[in-house]
Amino acid sequence: MLGHFKRKKKGTPAISTASLPDIVFILLFFFMVATRMRETEIKVKSNLPKATEMEKLEKKDLLSYIYIGAPAESYQKEFGSAPRLQLNDRLATPDEVIDFVATEKAKMRPELQNAIIIAIKCDKDADLGILSDVKIELRKANALKVTYITLKDDKKNR
Amino acid sequence: MARTTPEINASSMADIAFLLLVFFLVTTEIDIDEGINVALPPWSDVPPPPVELNDKNTLTVLINSRNQLLVEEELDDIDNLRKRTVEFLSNNGRNPELSTNPQEAVVSFKGDVGTSYETYIQVYNELRGAYNDLRNDLTRKKTNGRVSKFSDLDRATRDSILIEEIKFEMPIRLSEAEPTKLGK
Repeated sequence: MLGHFKRKKKGTPAISTASLPDIVFILLFFFMVATRMRETEIKVKSNLPKATEMEKLEKKDLLSYIYIGAPAESYQKEFGSAPRLQLNDRLATPDEVIDFVATEKAKMRPELQNAIIIAIKCDKDADLGILSDVKIELRKANALKVTYITLKDDKKNR
Repeated sequence: MARTTPEINASSMADIAFLLLVFFLVTTEIDIDEGINVALPPWSDVPPPPVELNDKNTLTVLINSRNQLLVEEELDDIDNLRKRTVEFLSNNGRNPELSTNPQEAVVSFKGDVGTSYETYIQVYNELRGAYNDLRNDLTRKKTNGRVSKFSDLDRATRDSILIEEIKFEMPIRLSEAEPTKLGK
């Protein structure tokens, strides 16, 4: 008789972790869908300046990025410390911009090619000389929509 | 006796999924970039006509290689620039030295090759801000305060005629000249 009334073991029951993989998979799928891979390593310094009058750039398929700034420290031995521009994953000179725009346009659907937006990520300490050279080349390449990427200035809320 | 398939131990599945999750977390860029939009003029080999500096419908803004600002040939501070530009644009002929109306007013803006990008963006931001402020004022007036920002107008009303009207009344005529080459 005593066998029927065996003392139940005390202690907290183990929490079932069987659904943990499911939860993690849901998170995983969210990130897989929301992800855009970093395609290029940025080889120039890009401390962006702050501004207040910018607009959100939601049409990502129209954007092509040009980075301008002094080469990052690990590249300064090779390229010096004067501001340079980076197209895709290599440092370039302004006269390569026309070819860059042509290849970027070729990657896009034909009906969108003239709507290409060049997003310039320029370091705060870069000077206007190189930026103006790039802009002249962009005008020659007929890529007239340009946007300067800046950070939001939280201090000035006008 | 029915043969039961042995159960696969799924406890390591969580670890695998976590690993993948961490990988995607690290490689993700979710934030949307924000930028100041600029329309460049088309390229032509003919040099543009010189801007008349003493014209009352032109506000000249110059920056030198030491990041100093010259507005209408007097030294000024970036913090005053927006107020001055708004005054200049919305003058409508009241002050004989400023613009006659926004349609004819031009802000002419020139830097130097030695100007820092940070200063350039600040100045550009203030000039654009002046235009945006005036467009926002017009938007508020025309919608009786329902919409307070010009950029929200499309989403709020879908009224393309109103948008064109405001663009016509307050056109952005911000012309940028090639930088001077004194700084190098």
